[in-house]
Amino acid sequence: MILYLLRRLLALAGVLLAIAAVTFLIFYVLPTDPAAAACGKTCSPERLADVRAYLGLDKPLWEQFAHFLTGIFTGRTLGTGQYAVQCDFPCLGYSYENSLPVWDLLMDRLPVSASLAFGAAVLWLILGLGAGVTAALRKDTATDKALMVGAVAAASLPVYFTSVMLIYGVIRIAGLLPYPSYHELTADPLGWAGNLLLPWTALALLYAAMYARQSRGSMIEAMAEPYIRTARAKGMPERTVVVKHGLRSGMTPILTIFGMDLGGLLAGAVITESIFGLPGIGRLFYGALVSSDQPVVLGVTLLAAFFIVVANLVVDLLYAVIDPRVRY
Amino acid sequence: MTTTAPGAAPEAAPAGAQAKDVPPGSSPWQLARRELRRRPAVRVSLCVVLLFVLMALTAPWLGALGGWSPEEFDKAAVDPYLAGQPLGSFGGISPEHWLGVEPVTGRDLFARVVHGAQVSLLIAFAATAIVVLTGTAAGIAAGYFGGRTDAVLSRLMDLTMSFPSLIFMIAMLSVAKDVNRIVLMTSVIGLFGWPGVARVVRGQTLSLKHREYVDAARVGGSGAWRILTRDILPGVSGPVIAYTTLLIPGMISTEAALSYLGVGVRPPTPSWGQMIAESVAFYETDPMYFVIPSVFLFLAVLAFTLLGDALRDILDPRGGRS
Repeated sequence: MILYLLRRLLALAGVLLAIAAVTFLIFYVLPTDPAAAACGKTCSPERLADVRAYLGLDKPLWEQFAHFLTGIFTGRTLGTGQYAVQCDFPCLGYSYENSLPVWDLLMDRLPVSASLAFGAAVLWLILGLGAGVTAALRKDTATDKALMVGAVAAASLPVYFTSVMLIYGVIRIAGLLPYPSYHELTADPLGWAGNLLLPWTALALLYAAMYARQSRGSMIEAMAEPYIRTARAKGMPERTVVVKHGLRSGMTPILTIFGMDLGGLLAGAVITESIFGLPGIGRLFYGALVSSDQPVVLGVTLLAAFFIVVANLVVDLLYAVIDPRVRY
Repeated sequence: MTTTAPGAAPEAAPAGAQAKDVPPGSSPWQLARRELRRRPAVRVSLCVVLLFVLMALTAPWLGALGGWSPEEFDKAAVDPYLAGQPLGSFGGISPEHWLGVEPVTGRDLFARVVHGAQVSLLIAFAATAIVVLTGTAAGIAAGYFGGRTDAVLSRLMDLTMSFPSLIFMIAMLSVAKDVNRIVLMTSVIGLFGWPGVARVVRGQTLSLKHREYVDAARVGGSGAWRILTRDILPGVSGPVIAYTTLLIPGMISTEAALSYLGVGVRPPTPSWGQMIAESVAFYETDPMYFVIPSVFLFLAVLAFTLLGDALRDILDPRGGRS
């Protein structure tokens, strides 16, 4: 188990390194020159060279990358002489746009994206698994068909359409909720939930539909296993059979996609955040793209990759807990 | 993953689809016809899919039938005193403009939706083709050759799947400036999808490669290439076709999402996602403008999903739900 964990952690580091390298390559090789952008239109060649040197862009690419990597673990000094700035651990560089440390920007926005992701995840698990398991247990009945038609329709609706419809119906017409703005969970729990309710619903509808389809399939498969028949033959109450034997093994495939989905959302739901005007990482990312703020883009990409690989690792470890057949 | 033990009962394979009063040995085509008869929803979605494909293929002529080109302004169709609101009810639907017009510019929505179908479906189909070809090749190679090939390819699959794909797609599309947008979008979307197909194919290949008929071909002196193309490929094609059909709606949605975010195809070329993005600002004053491209997008995704579900039930016994 410990050996397995060590191996996985090593692989995790490798994956992150590869992703960092690819991201670095894409954004630092491609056309937009951050030095020229920072220097402005009336830039003399000497001044441009100064800016390049200050940003470290005059060094070979691999050296820039190595510098960037060491910065994450030990912090690094940016610039030289009297303009030198100490960027502390974990250093992801400074935003070109507002000169703030990328790490601080990310951590500032993370609570918003995390609130959105976790809240939506709770909602879609309840809705999706509820619908999927109900449909599986009543396979081929009217309930099953109605649920699955609903699921396939909801899965086909683009999230920006549902979001706009929710804003229109709930906020504009019915006036039930205020237009979402982010309230901190610790300061104002009710305001936090109330303001996030619509974004949660919009996001959760889409995922719930996919989970309903997926969990119905794997639940039907699980309930056809011989050990279910054995459990029933032992005289176990149907409830226990379904929950302890069916659900438990039927949920393993769901867990895999759940890890991926939640990990992917933690670093920002770009579309949902921009429609509802939530100041999360997705919006930060989008803004950084528009202004070619490469350090921020790189930071968000790395954070997103980090969440995905960590979520995958957690999922694989949870397998052993859920499924007694899995051993590491 | 379908890592069926070597020599696992081959006759059990098509059981899923054949459970109900189907004579043994039915060809996939017969099964498909039977399924079509049994499920009217599938029939409808097949028609919708065909209609959309036809619409995309004949876009220039079909668009001309409406009498307007997608980029042509019609100032006579909008009210200059009402901030460019379309004249007439339901977003300006009239014999002149079949689906109404855009506010402000007065561009014909029918022409834009039809041409948008072409762009959206072209990107979705081409990206799917890339994904399926790469995925099948990688999956077959990994499954059949095993060993180091499998290790390398499987690591590559894990790595690709760890990429935050939407974020990466947005970033790549926004940094590349002067490239053909349609080609760029196709390749960027196609880049991240292949591991899914590869895993399905790898699992299937693993279960096929120790079957007797493959052994027979090997003993008979067939080379690896011949075995892969003649014996393995037909065996994996069923699940691949089903998986492919289910990939297309995802591709259509991805293209729409990217264009919605403004990093996809550039105006004035229309695509559904981009039309929706432009119409969001008008959803209260001119709801039809917002609803029309959304309905087309919704129908296309829905129809392809239903069709994919049906094909999976027929062709992929293990992933089948019946």
